[in-house]
Amino acid sequence: MDAVFLARLQFGLTAGFHFLFPPTTLGLSLLIVIVEALYLRTKDAVYQRLSAYLVKILGTVFVMGVATGIALEFAFGNNWAAYSRTVGDIFGAPLAAEAVLSFFLESVFLGILVFGRDRVSAKTYRTSAFLVFFGAHLSGLWIIIANSWMQTPAGFRLEGGRAVLTDFWRAAFNPSTAVRFAHTILGGWTTGALVAMAVAAWLILKGRSAATAAVLMRISLAVFAVSAVLQLGTGHAQAMQVTHTQPEKMAAFEAQWKTMDGAPFTVFGIPDEKNQRTRLAVRIPKMLSMLVDLDPGGRVLGLNEFAPEDRPPVLLPFAGYHLMILFGLLFILLGAAGVWLLARHKLAASRRYLKLVLFAVPLPYLANETGWIAAEVGRQPWAVHKVLRTSEAVSAVVPAGNILFSMILFLLIYALIGVAGLAIILRTVRGGPGEPEAGPPKGQV
Amino acid sequence: MPGWDLLRDVWFVLIGVLLAGYSILDGFDLGVGALLPFLAKSEDEKRTLIGAIGPFWDGNEVWLLAGGGALFAAFPMAYATVFSGFYLALMLVLFALILRAVSLEFRAHDPARKRLWEAAFVGGSALPALLFGVALGNVVVGVPLDARTEFSGTFLTLLRPLPVVFGLLGLSAFLLHGAVFAALKSEGDLRERARRTALAAAVMFAAAFVLSLVLAAVALKKGRDGRAFFFSSAAFLGLWGIVGTIQYPVLVRATDPGLSLTIRNASSSALTLQVMLIIALLGMPLVVGYTIFAFRVFKGKVRPGGAETGY
Repeated sequence: MDAVFLARLQFGLTAGFHFLFPPTTLGLSLLIVIVEALYLRTKDAVYQRLSAYLVKILGTVFVMGVATGIALEFAFGNNWAAYSRTVGDIFGAPLAAEAVLSFFLESVFLGILVFGRDRVSAKTYRTSAFLVFFGAHLSGLWIIIANSWMQTPAGFRLEGGRAVLTDFWRAAFNPSTAVRFAHTILGGWTTGALVAMAVAAWLILKGRSAATAAVLMRISLAVFAVSAVLQLGTGHAQAMQVTHTQPEKMAAFEAQWKTMDGAPFTVFGIPDEKNQRTRLAVRIPKMLSMLVDLDPGGRVLGLNEFAPEDRPPVLLPFAGYHLMILFGLLFILLGAAGVWLLARHKLAASRRYLKLVLFAVPLPYLANETGWIAAEVGRQPWAVHKVLRTSEAVSAVVPAGNILFSMILFLLIYALIGVAGLAIILRTVRGGPGEPEAGPPKGQV
Repeated sequence: MPGWDLLRDVWFVLIGVLLAGYSILDGFDLGVGALLPFLAKSEDEKRTLIGAIGPFWDGNEVWLLAGGGALFAAFPMAYATVFSGFYLALMLVLFALILRAVSLEFRAHDPARKRLWEAAFVGGSALPALLFGVALGNVVVGVPLDARTEFSGTFLTLLRPLPVVFGLLGLSAFLLHGAVFAALKSEGDLRERARRTALAAAVMFAAAFVLSLVLAAVALKKGRDGRAFFFSSAAFLGLWGIVGTIQYPVLVRATDPGLSLTIRNASSSALTLQVMLIIALLGMPLVVGYTIFAFRVFKGKVRPGGAETGY
């Protein structure tokens, strides 16, 4: 195995593992803000119990995100030294800005959320919840800025083989930043909301804290259903953007081997890269042109337009892209079914739906990961689209053996903390949100 | 707009400030972590010490991420050379920090493996406390770089005597700082033990460094824990000031001086440095402000059963 492959695998594994946690944080922090706002408005203790319960879960998720994020801040220097030298003038800034403007905010105010409920006023507590939410989303923005610049670089010029910043705003808000940010954030909201729905479903199925669980179910279902529908829009907008800025990537997503007017959408198929064809293909005529050009006769560029050494691999982007779309459509159905049951007051009694929600928990994670894999593998063979090849981006001085050694240790450590972290989150969930206190509620004494 | 040279100077100082801030803030919780088995004799005492750093360690660690990110943004050549060149050593630091980051939360909520997570916390604190100094020692003393300014040594190159002395110096400073913080946040036997440990660490450190540490020890003897904490913070600042003065304008000294990475040949463009400066000027005053706010929220001694001992 060569160093380039190992470095890619290591980055993929460490970033992919890390990417389980921040989306959950985005969704849970939104729910906590909503619950805290409802508490301040109604003074109903049920919201305080829910907030405390969600904060406990968020605490563990956040710590896992921090632990697995540390390695990524330094991964570019460790394994991608040539990348760091070539594009560091642009790429380093968003990472530093993320730490200065977001990480501090999230960490300090999460400390107050987890440990400070008795030490600050209800208003300060709500403000802290909002700042954690704001910091988490701002952090996501900087990372999306950095990653989008790799997809659609802008605001720079090449000078002696190095990319030099010429316009910060054009680099930061490059053609794909806004739509990718919206898409990623909604993915996070879907994820966190479904986790919270599953927690509520489990409590209802077990007949525990029924009233509190019903409130949690209503709030998280609302966030889930709305996010799932909106995601269809951002997904579509992103597909259109990819078609225009990275046509070879869209060709890989759709296994579009040849340029075509009125291209079909491939619902299912097994791309065969060697023979440049798709086996067992099920296609909807003219649908792809309709979707990306809003014109059934529109031209979609095929992989044949690009030199073989500039073409992305097809199988992984194709599979990841289609699985992500499948999961996204399932979320809309799941959300719609929940809203329908809720409107007919049958949600709490529908054990089948509640169980379905429990089993659906892995799906948003799979949707996030498959979408991300499609986006990043579809960017190949470039580290930065048409600026720097991945094969030229690695550290020259790090031997393959060292990467392999550190990767094995990463796998062992991540397996250990993954299992332990999941066990702790399940324990917290099993602990329940607590029952209403006997006697008069606190505020009235 | 300030000139490119001035911006480079400013960023040299700012990265020093971020790293100094890291050593002061994460320094006390690394120190407490490394000293945990020596200071705390009972579960209550352990909870007190862990509770004392519980609300802070995560925010403190961000100073390292900010310092690393700023180095990447402002001096990408130095970032690339150091992090790829010191690969295995930095991987050890990363693994230690990863395990440490989850260890407190997991120790509290995973009783079956409590001892494992406690060991991860202690080891994950002690190893970085030692290796940060070793890494700094190497870029100050000088490392072999080739014509492309790539590191050409091995793992053992990093463990030469002088950098190791730097490492021990850093470790004793972390231990002193942790012990002083433990005394500040605890009462009774635990505070006495923390004070004695702090005095011992101060002596160890003072073998190499004197002035501000003597002041810290004097304040400790008088039982003025708050002032002692201020002085042990100042010791770190002094250390960073001295290192910075020796080092300027070099970032990574090469054994062949002509190849050294300096703030000139390793820096980003003037525009990037300007943008970063604006971000830092917007962000850092806020960070300092709400960090002080959080310290005030959690001020005072930690007592068994208090809110912070929820860990």
